[in-house]
Amino acid sequence: MFNLERFKHGKVRVLHTLISCDKPLMITVKELTKRYARNTAVDHISFEVGKGQIVGFLGPNGAGKTTTMRMLTCFLPPTSGGATVAGCDVLEQPLEVKKRIGYLPETPPLYPEMETGEYLTFVGKLKGLSGAELRKRVDYVCDRCAVADVKNKLLGRLSKGYRQRVGLAQAIIHNPEVLILDEPTAGLDPKQINETRDLIKSLGGDHTIILSTHILPEVEQTCEQVIIINKGKLVATDSVQNLQNRARGAESVLVEISGRNGSVDFAAVQRRLEQVAGVSRVVAKQSHGSRNSFEIESVKGFVRGDLARAVVESGWDLNELRPAALSLEEVFLQLTGNAQEAAPKESQ
Amino acid sequence: MRNTWIMWRKELNSYFVSPIAYFLLTMFAMVSALFFWLYLQDFVEYGMAMQMRGQAVPMNLNEQLIRPLLSTEGVIGLFLIPLITMRLFAEEKRSGTIELLATSPIRDSEVILGKWLAALTMYASMLLVAALNFAFLFKYGNPDWKPLAIGYLGLLLQAGALLAIGTFISSLTKNQIIAGAVTFGICLVLWVIKSVGQFETATWAQVLSYTSVLTHFEESFAKGVLDTKDAVFYVTLTFLALFFTARSMESLRWRS
Repeated sequence: MFNLERFKHGKVRVLHTLISCDKPLMITVKELTKRYARNTAVDHISFEVGKGQIVGFLGPNGAGKTTTMRMLTCFLPPTSGGATVAGCDVLEQPLEVKKRIGYLPETPPLYPEMETGEYLTFVGKLKGLSGAELRKRVDYVCDRCAVADVKNKLLGRLSKGYRQRVGLAQAIIHNPEVLILDEPTAGLDPKQINETRDLIKSLGGDHTIILSTHILPEVEQTCEQVIIINKGKLVATDSVQNLQNRARGAESVLVEISGRNGSVDFAAVQRRLEQVAGVSRVVAKQSHGSRNSFEIESVKGFVRGDLARAVVESGWDLNELRPAALSLEEVFLQLTGNAQEAAPKESQ
Repeated sequence: MRNTWIMWRKELNSYFVSPIAYFLLTMFAMVSALFFWLYLQDFVEYGMAMQMRGQAVPMNLNEQLIRPLLSTEGVIGLFLIPLITMRLFAEEKRSGTIELLATSPIRDSEVILGKWLAALTMYASMLLVAALNFAFLFKYGNPDWKPLAIGYLGLLLQAGALLAIGTFISSLTKNQIIAGAVTFGICLVLWVIKSVGQFETATWAQVLSYTSVLTHFEESFAKGVLDTKDAVFYVTLTFLALFFTARSMESLRWRS
């Protein structure tokens, strides 16, 4: 069966990003796959990221975000498919790729026995910096990531927020073209989360950034582009703007209606509701006894008043009328939900 | 080469900011000093006994004191080597810092070599502290320095091989304790199989006894003899173990 929804989210969107990319491509991923003995962690993922973009890599826990990122950083080799980062192939030229990326893993890779400044110097040297330039960069990233005040403290004694920021400082020390951040705000308090997001936003433009997260507002606030994956499969790639429009364009309302005396004609109610101006779709949810619930999708506006009037004027009781907000969250759930349904269809 | 040096410095630094380096130095110095004292006492008593009998037996510091002491230091080293190597990779794997190394523009071989050289430097500094004992011999006696230098070279070669084995074991696990215990077990086995050859003369026993790391030291280097076949034995073992470490690091990538 032709799955329009999937078609819309998949191929056309990818085409769309291809066309809108006037900037040079920094990351191209083609049919990237990682298979383990029992499961497939990442399943034929393809996407492209232009220079200077901030891309949110979104998916529920265990969707394959970390695995994909590890393949992009040459930590894991892909089972099949390939990727190029900053013009270098992850399989053919891993050393060249590693020179051009900064990577913050899920847990910041810190040596507890080192001091912050000492650690950043060590990482800087590993990435090929030396001499005056190294000292300049260490001072710069300490400033930029607000860790200058703990420069002489042991990393093992730092709080979670500082550890995360030192991890970020470590990732940008050699001014890499591409930044790959695995859940950069995990474990931070709200104030630190905001600071980190601002920092990431300010890094965009010079750097191409991929950040993974399962927190939606984060994507809304920091990213321009979203890649949604679920169970290792690509569900959607789109700009945040488009996703938000999709979320805001429609409104959905839950209505519960009961008849004055006993049952009402289900079909009649549905017909009446569909006649209300602005309503695009009415879905009958359930009915037990005299109570009937409907989910009504409409264009954004003040449809609720008209709905209530229509119900009451028809002589029914309006028991409940509440908005079922279609946020980015819901778009996300829809998309990841769709993927689950689509998976068995595809195998047929 | 530069990267190896960076790794070497970082590893050596982490030995000396933790108590482990000072513990190792103290242990090694104390135990070797104790044996030095025992051997010296033997040596002096033997000399006096010979004098009382009126016999003029030639006394030799190198043969009668330095040689057994070097052998003993080799054995003490066996017990301390697991403590030097157990954290090398296990700790990086546990704390996730291995991900930093694996995504930096540095080759696996440079990481391994840097770590192994740092471990060897740690061991060498232990030998250096214990060398204080020999300084007294040079002040009050007149030993030949060349066999002593060869003895030290042998100790370093022997330790190099065992440290390489320890590095390999450490790259197999996330758990330092397991890495240490297994390395200790292997060191122990490589030590005791030496004695198999003493009770059994069959070929298999000779082969087994040949694989003991200690025979290659005690039968040549400790005597002040630089034998190529023993040096090659140690170097080969070192290369083999470091090669396996590289393979184990590589396998991390497709296993994890």
